[in-house]
Parts: sequence; structure tokens; C-alpha cells
Amino acid sequence: MNRRDFLSCHVPDKSRPAASLGPGYYSNGVFTTHENRKVRFYDDLIRGKISIINFMYASCDKYCPRSISCLTKLQDLLGDHLGRDMFMYSFSLKPEEDTPDKLAAYAKSNGARRGWLFLTGSEYDLTSIRFKLFRLDDPLMDFSVDVHASMVRMINDNNSRWSSWVLPDPPRLIREAVSWVEPTKPFAVRVRENAELQTRIESESAITAPQRAKFKRAHGWPEITAKYENPEGLRKLQSLLHARTA
Amino acid sequence: MSSTKEKKRKSTEPPNGPGWTRRTMLKASAAAGVVTMLTSRKSLALSLPPIPTQPPDCTPQPTNSPATTPFMQALPIPPVAIPTILIPFPTLQADTALGEAARANHQDWTQFFPLVQYSVSVQPTMHQFHPQIPPTYCWGYNGIYPGPTFLNVYGVPILVRFANNLPVNNIGFGDNNHTTHLHNGHSASESDGFAGDYWSPGLFKDHHYPNVYAGFNAVPPIGDPLEAQHTYWYHDHRHSFTAANNYRGINGMYLMYDDVDTGSEAPGQGAQALRLPGGYGVYDIPLNFTDKLFCSDGQMYATSPDTIPAGDKFCVNGAIQPYFNVYTRRYRFRFLNSGPARIWTFNLYDNNGNAQPMTVVTTDGNLLPSPVEIIPSSSQPTLQGLTVYVSQRYDVIIDFTNATAGTSWYLTNSAAQFVSNAQEPEPAPGVNIGNVVMAFNITGPPPQQDQSQVPSVLTTLPNIATPMANLFGTRLWNFNDFVAGAEGDPSNPTAKVFNVNGLTFDPNRPDALIQQGSAETWLIRNRFPGTGWTHPVHIHLEEGRVLDRRNINANPTTGALISINSEGVPPLEQGRRDVYPIVPGDEVLIFLQFRDWFGKYMIHCHNLGHEDNLMLTRWDVTTGPSSTVTSPTYSDGTPNTGNGEPNSGAQPNLTPAITLLSQLPASYETTKLNRPGFKGSKKGVKA
Repeated sequence: MNRRDFLSCHVPDKSRPAASLGPGYYSNGVFTTHENRKVRFYDDLIRGKISIINFMYASCDKYCPRSISCLTKLQDLLGDHLGRDMFMYSFSLKPEEDTPDKLAAYAKSNGARRGWLFLTGSEYDLTSIRFKLFRLDDPLMDFSVDVHASMVRMINDNNSRWSSWVLPDPPRLIREAVSWVEPTKPFAVRVRENAELQTRIESESAITAPQRAKFKRAHGWPEITAKYENPEGLRKLQSLLHARTA
Repeated sequence: MSSTKEKKRKSTEPPNGPGWTRRTMLKASAAAGVVTMLTSRKSLALSLPPIPTQPPDCTPQPTNSPATTPFMQALPIPPVAIPTILIPFPTLQADTALGEAARANHQDWTQFFPLVQYSVSVQPTMHQFHPQIPPTYCWGYNGIYPGPTFLNVYGVPILVRFANNLPVNNIGFGDNNHTTHLHNGHSASESDGFAGDYWSPGLFKDHHYPNVYAGFNAVPPIGDPLEAQHTYWYHDHRHSFTAANNYRGINGMYLMYDDVDTGSEAPGQGAQALRLPGGYGVYDIPLNFTDKLFCSDGQMYATSPDTIPAGDKFCVNGAIQPYFNVYTRRYRFRFLNSGPARIWTFNLYDNNGNAQPMTVVTTDGNLLPSPVEIIPSSSQPTLQGLTVYVSQRYDVIIDFTNATAGTSWYLTNSAAQFVSNAQEPEPAPGVNIGNVVMAFNITGPPPQQDQSQVPSVLTTLPNIATPMANLFGTRLWNFNDFVAGAEGDPSNPTAKVFNVNGLTFDPNRPDALIQQGSAETWLIRNRFPGTGWTHPVHIHLEEGRVLDRRNINANPTTGALISINSEGVPPLEQGRRDVYPIVPGDEVLIFLQFRDWFGKYMIHCHNLGHEDNLMLTRWDVTTGPSSTVTSPTYSDGTPNTGNGEPNSGAQPNLTPAITLLSQLPASYETTKLNRPGFKGSKKGVKA
């Protein structure tokens, strides 16, 4: 590593977003994409974007295929965002065998679209970011290759928001976890979504009051429709609160 | 026109940028202190402190928090929540038009109509943890940390309106979507703070806490008084961000009183009154324990925007190493471990370094049949220190009657915190200052004679003979760490990180349907081989009874059984509990009933980091029938094929009912506990 590389890895960059943790935190190592492009981790992959990151290797034939097919479906759920403000990065766990050509074939066979990069690089750089991004503060887990094969990490550099989910859970759940790092939606949108949710709750399987009453009758439990009056309890509560606030 | 718009936009958004110094932040926090709920949202936003950008001077991770001098500040006592009249008035159905978050209708609303109402705003604040550490940006109920304490009487239903006023320009760790769980309230599902039912800033949600005993359907009007619980806490439960939001400070305590535990020690209350040391904040003291790691500028450090570190500062009620002045008399302390992950083991030492006893009267808020004494010289290993797992509560009586005025006693933890760079002297012989969590300064005799007592019989446990004879079955919950490959094949990484029965959380997928009014025994296992994690498992809705415990010693690589060590029921689990710690290899059999309410509830690991990594499962109380198999699909219809482990995916999770672990068939003793193809119990619930 020459001096310039060293500095760009470790000196915070003034041009990064105000809330970003910056290249000093994320590191800025060089990786090679499946399109055989050289990219810097922070400068080219993380800065100003929402990144969706996982680890895999092309020859993994037991667990990874399900994870990757789940990410393939995730592409559809990301829609126009993919390649614009959201990017998917799959890093190699076996850089010695995952050459850019091999990754390119793998990307093609899995239907990767623009905005989904498969990356390889030096063992040191790969381990550094794996440790950083998938850190659970437990050495056993942090150094385990297995654990990282089953996790996907979402990062929004603009507001330093992170989330994660487990692979290969349904893509819909992963899309939802991506939304948690996105900026909070405008109030009007949140109110509208809340009203839609209320409609959905009411139309779904909520157990209604008449059903509850019927269930009680079936069990022979007394039916009570009157309000439970408890003036004594209210007085007790009053005295408890009074004792403390007097 | 456009300039007005511009102005308005600026004034409603909390400023956040380099122009905001710590001084302006402090000014803002002073203003936040006078904000009431009647203030409009606009001015509220103006007066709230801005979010500090992720600590600019705190990367990489600090070696330690700033040094602090011990015992510089008195123990803060959280203020009592004061009722109000809510406008708009609470309604049966969610008032979404006026800003209420979506929810199902309140259950038994007319019967337990809440005349007593509270308004709580979840909002940012500045909180000073120690005089030598600058104020810290926190989130808290009503802008304080810990949140206000609710005092309640059984049979007086209340309603709490939780307004989410967290910042919309959310930066760094913590999520501005919020939900509150009253742990472990016998609350209807829509008021239980289910982890997936979070609501966004600007909305509020009404939680209806009827404050009734479990079993009120069968024993009207308010249930069986033997089901009483007394010490609860309420906290953020937004899934995937629970650790961060609680680390930010979103939690508080909720106490319940009745004719037995009256909150008063005065004589003449009738023979049933226990007269434990009483008077909130006077002789009845909440102790909310948590650990934090601070940057040099006083901001809380997070390992990453998604990971909360182990702290090196021990905080009690939001103060680092405080002192508490006591008279020579009895006190009731309500110990709570509010997380995120630390397991505390407490002991008490006097000024001469001699151990002093602590008397436990409640476990998870439930009165024990008889008080249990904690002292290092105990012959029972579990009673040589008070071990408190995340979210467990213990009410402890400490008797200072024979203490010497002018001296101090010390509450210690088995692990030490960072105090200062200088070598601190031992406060008492053999007591390391780092291990001291707080000091009790003995001031002298009390102004009035101590009228409190600690009866040798505190309660009798509810009779469970009938439901025990009509169990639906035994439900299995395997709490798994990651396993290196199916069947121990490390070349085949199949495992999920933390999981329950091989599955991670889907808020829309119940993994057990349970008929209301039925009873089951649940077998909770920390499966081997694992990474050595302990899982404090919490079950919502009802308190359980520990029936049996044992530890399975197995080969960590092959899973081959070495030995089974029966542990029976330890003294502190002979009452009722809602958090069941399981160390690696442990399994615990508990008895549970599912009464009174319908809807979605959870079983989850209460290590906040583990639950954020989806070690959470939803189960539903329904009109029936109860299920015997884990959900066959995810909520979107994706087949639930699990991860190839013996008990994962759409596998049976019910066996014929057992009431002791020795009744488990020998074939269940290994990892193949839950063989595919098992048909479950045919025994139904009497309808």
C-alpha cells in the first residue's frame, strides 16, 4: 500500500455526508467487480448510497444458492431504486477461487441486473469489511464465515442508519429491512399508510366482540357487559399518588 | 410566498449540523424540560435537542468511558406519572383520523373502561449520567430517563397514550419507529406492544392496561388475586432495534399494589396486608440497572449503527455509581436489569467488608411463597449472589437496622466497571471500587419507627391442579445459536444466526396457535452444540411456573450425549416467573395458561442483541383449535422449509404432555428432539 492509499484509508474525507461515518470507519480498500472494474470500498460503493451487502462464494452449493435466489427476487422489489440510489454488493468469501470472470458467469446465471455487483479482492480487505459490517461483538461469531453467509446488511451512508436481516428469508422481509435505513417518509405518507393498515387490520382475522362473547358462553364463563365500578380502588390510587406528590 | 414556506420548513425541523454546538444543544434541552403535551407539535420539535451526528470524536471505539469519581451524586428517583384527561378522548376503535396508530379494537373495553388516563411522549432529551460527563443525547418517556414510574392499584383500569415524538431526521443507532411493551402485563394483544406493531413519529397509540389479575373470565370481576404481580417495567420493543432504543433510554417502571402488597407499612390494614417497607421513593426504591459506554464528549458509543456494546459504566436509575442515603431501618429495593445484555450478580457488603444478606420477596414481580435470603456463604450456589438476567426483576429487602451511622454499605456486581485512571482505594476491605454499583450511606435512625415487616409466608401459589390434569401437550421451543452446518457438518453452512426452532422472526407468521383458556407445558431448550450463549427467554401474556430444569452435557462438535444433570426447581424459581434464563445445554419445563385475551403474543430471548437478531417468535391466542405444527409458510406464502435442522421449518412442535423432564422419552434426549412426522397430542381442550 502506498502512502496515498494509506491516507485515503484512514483520514476522514471532508466531502462525505455530514452524518457519515466516513472511510476511516468503513475502510477504503480496493475491490474488483465481476465487470473487472477496480472500486474503492467507501468512495465508490458506500458513499451517499444505500448498500445491501452479503457474502458468498461461487462454488457454494448448499446454502448460498437459496440466499442468492432470494436476492435475485429482492431486485424486483427494489425496482427503480436498484442502480440509482440502492446497490447490492455480494462479496466473495473465497477470493482465491472467485476470479472476476467466474463471478461474472455467476452473476449472469443468477440474473443479476445493473446495480448488483459481485466483488472480490484481497483476503485482508475482505476480512476487514466482513468484521466491520457484520460485527456482533462476539469473536466467535464475528470471525465465523458461516454466520456471514446467512446475513444481509443494509447501510445508508447519508444518515448512518444500518439494518440487517437473515438469508434466505422471504425477499419481502428483506425489502422491509431496507426501508428502515431509508429516510423517514413525509408525514402525509405515514398517515395514509397508517389508515391503510387500519383498514387491513379490520378486514383481517381480528376476533370481534360478538365472537369473544360466544366463546365465553361456550366455556360457561359469566358474561359481563356492565362497566366494572371500583370507587375503593380509585381512592387507593389517589392516596398513592397523593402520598408521592404532596 | 416561497420565502414563508422556506421559513416554516426551517422552523419545524430540529437544526442539525456543524452550526450547533454543545452549548446550543444544552439550551435546547433546558427548553425541552418545560414542554408539556399540550404544546403543539411545531414548538415541541423546536425545543427538542438536535441529534448529535454519530460521535465525530469517538471512532474507533474508545478504550474506556471518561473517568468518574464514585459516589458524587445521589440516586435519582424517577418521578411518578400523573394522570390527565386525554384529548381526543380514547376510543374503542383506533382514531386514525386524529393521529392514532392502527390497531385492533380494544378487548373488554366497556367492562374495564379506563377512567384514569395518562399521556406519555417518547422524545429526545439530554440526560447527565455523571457530573463529570457532559450531558448525553438520549430518548426517553416524557423526555426523561428512566421514564416516569406508574403507580397502580389492581382493579383500576388505566389507558396510556404513547405519542411518538422521536426525530424524523434519524441518524445513527436507534430507530424512530416505536412500540411499548408493558413487561409482563396481562394486557390484550393490541396493547401489548407486539414487536411488529410499531408506529412512526407524529402518531400516538393508546395502550389499555386493565390492571386485572389473570383468569378474570372464569373468576369475575377482576380475576384470581393469587395471580398478582407487583413489579413491571415498560420499554421499547420495536423489533430489530430494541437494544438501540433501550440503550437510548426508552424504558421505565410500572408498579402494582393491591390489598396484600399495599405499598404502605402502617398497621391496621387488615391481616392480609404484608406491610413490606412502603412509600415509593422513600422506603420503596426502584433500581434500574444498565451499562453504557461513553465517548469523551459524553455521547453514548455504539459499536456500529446496529450494534450496542457492553458498557464499562454501571448506571442505576441513570446515574453512574450513585449513593443513596438510608436510615437504620428496612428498605424495599426493586432490582431491574434493563439490558442490553449484561448479566448482573449482586452482593452487599458493609463498611468492614463483611457480606450482608439481601432478602428476596418477589421474582419478576411475583411474591415468593417465602422470602429467600442471598448471602455469599449460602450452601445453595444459586443463592450466593443475586443473579439478574436481562429484564428480570427482584424485589429485595435490605435491613440496615444494625448498620453503624456514618458508614456506608456497598452493592457490588461480580464484574467490574471502569472508574478512573488513578488507582481508587478500596471503599471497604476486600471490596474493589470497580465492582461497586452503588453505595448506601447510613445517616442514622429513622424519623419514625420502622413499622414494616417481612412475613415468613408471603403468598400461596395459585392452584393449578385442574389445568395440569388437562394439558393440551408440551410445546417445544429450541433457542439455537448458529450451528456450524446441518448435523454438525462445518463445510455446509446452513445455520441462521440466532433462531427459535430454526426460524427467525416474521411478524406476520404465528408459529403456534393456542386456544384461549387452555394450558400447556413448554419445554425451552438452549440447544447444543452452541457458541456458549445464555438466553433469558421471555414469554408474554402470562406468568409461568417452572416445573423442572436440567442441563444436558453434550459433545459440542458431534452433539453426542455425555450426561444429563437434573437441577429440579431452584429456590428463586419456586414462585412465578416470566423470564427463564437457559445457559448452554439447559432446558426448562414450564407450565403456562393462556387466558382472557386473544391475539398475537411472543416468546423471545430477552438479551436485546439476540432479539434484534430475530430470536423472536410470534404465537397467537385464538378461538381454537390449537396447532401442533410450526407454521408451514411465511406470511407471504413462501414455503417454510427451515434450514434442514431436525426441528426446523414446518415441523411438529408439540409432544404428548409431560410435567417432569424425566418423562421425556429417551429418544428425545438427543438433538433429534423433534422428529419429523410426529403427530402430536390427540388430547384436546374441553370446549
